Amino acid sequence: MVSSNNELAYNTKIEGDVIVTRADAVINWIRANSVWPMPMGLACCAIELMATASSRFDIARFGAEVFRFSPRQADCMIVAGTVTYKMAPHLRRIYDQMASPKWVIAMGACASSGGMYRSYATLQGVDRIVPVDVYISGCPPRPEALLDALMKLQAKMGRETSARTLLTA
Amino acid sequence: MSATVDPLAAIKELIPQATERASLDHPAINVPADAVVEALRQLRDRGGYDFLVDLTAIDQGEGVADRFTVVYHLFSTAASTYVRVATDCRGGAAPVAPSVTAVWPAADWHEREAFDMFGIRFEGHPDLRRILMWDGYPNHPLRKEFPLAGVETQLPDLEVAAETGTKVLPAPMAGGPFVAPAGEMNLTNAEPRAKDESWNERHVKPE
Repeated sequence: MVSSNNELAYNTKIEGDVIVTRADAVINWIRANSVWPMPMGLACCAIELMATASSRFDIARFGAEVFRFSPRQADCMIVAGTVTYKMAPHLRRIYDQMASPKWVIAMGACASSGGMYRSYATLQGVDRIVPVDVYISGCPPRPEALLDALMKLQAKMGRETSARTLLTA
Repeated sequence: MSATVDPLAAIKELIPQATERASLDHPAINVPADAVVEALRQLRDRGGYDFLVDLTAIDQGEGVADRFTVVYHLFSTAASTYVRVATDCRGGAAPVAPSVTAVWPAADWHEREAFDMFGIRFEGHPDLRRILMWDGYPNHPLRKEFPLAGVETQLPDLEVAAETGTKVLPAPMAGGPFVAPAGEMNLTNAEPRAKDESWNERHVKPE
């Protein structure tokens, strides 16, 4: 007589030490839950970025608390603030120094579009110099908005064809 | 300096070349360019003005005889009084002024800023480089003929410019500059608006 399997969770006694899933699901799950941000704090948005990282809002709940000031150790650049033309090439070089895969969040009006700085000195949107994954509106955005952007980025990471990219790279 | 003495008269006594300059607030004098260093030294050593508050410049616009003026603001910490000293630059569109860094070391970065923004060459400055814009930027942004939106230029880093294809472009003004009405307490009405709302990013500027 065959008994029906009522186990909803993974059971080592039945399934052994093997888990079957898609490579994309595993890779994306790992990546999305340990984002290491590069805090590109250039203006007042960086204050909100710091608030997001501290205890009240606690970006650690989303696995992104390991802020790294070296681009070599980071995989998500958070551009928080006004990017001047003088700063733009340095920003691009820091982005180039980050190891792939890498993502960019444009935090706030200035990083997204130049914001209120319609002037000779300001880059009118950081997407002119690096590819941006998520834009956040606000001047500055509240920490909740940054957390929402991080969740949107995690959802976007979940849709990536990471295994194919790794094998064809 | 006692309070009963007219500060302007006392300053004129110190600096014989000084002429009175129109001013709405503090005493102000005009000094010829070749006498300004000595004038500031006298004001510091004998006039009691022991603090250089600011050093800036004025552009009167193209075609004006003495186009560029350097302005010094001094403060006396003992008497709590200010004095404004102005000197017209020599050289017309390529203005030259004497550096006062020998008297006021604090003037170093201020003069670099005035050089960067107005193109005033300060003779005797120890390290006259741009301080806000990058080295090699071809314009002086606070001159009257320079548009607020900027002009097309190369990025400071040519390698990044080649890779990204990005240039320094004039910012879209869309009816700007954007100004907030003065004295408006209602936050909705105080929101900055374009000075000329007859055009924006979708509708071109009427000729």
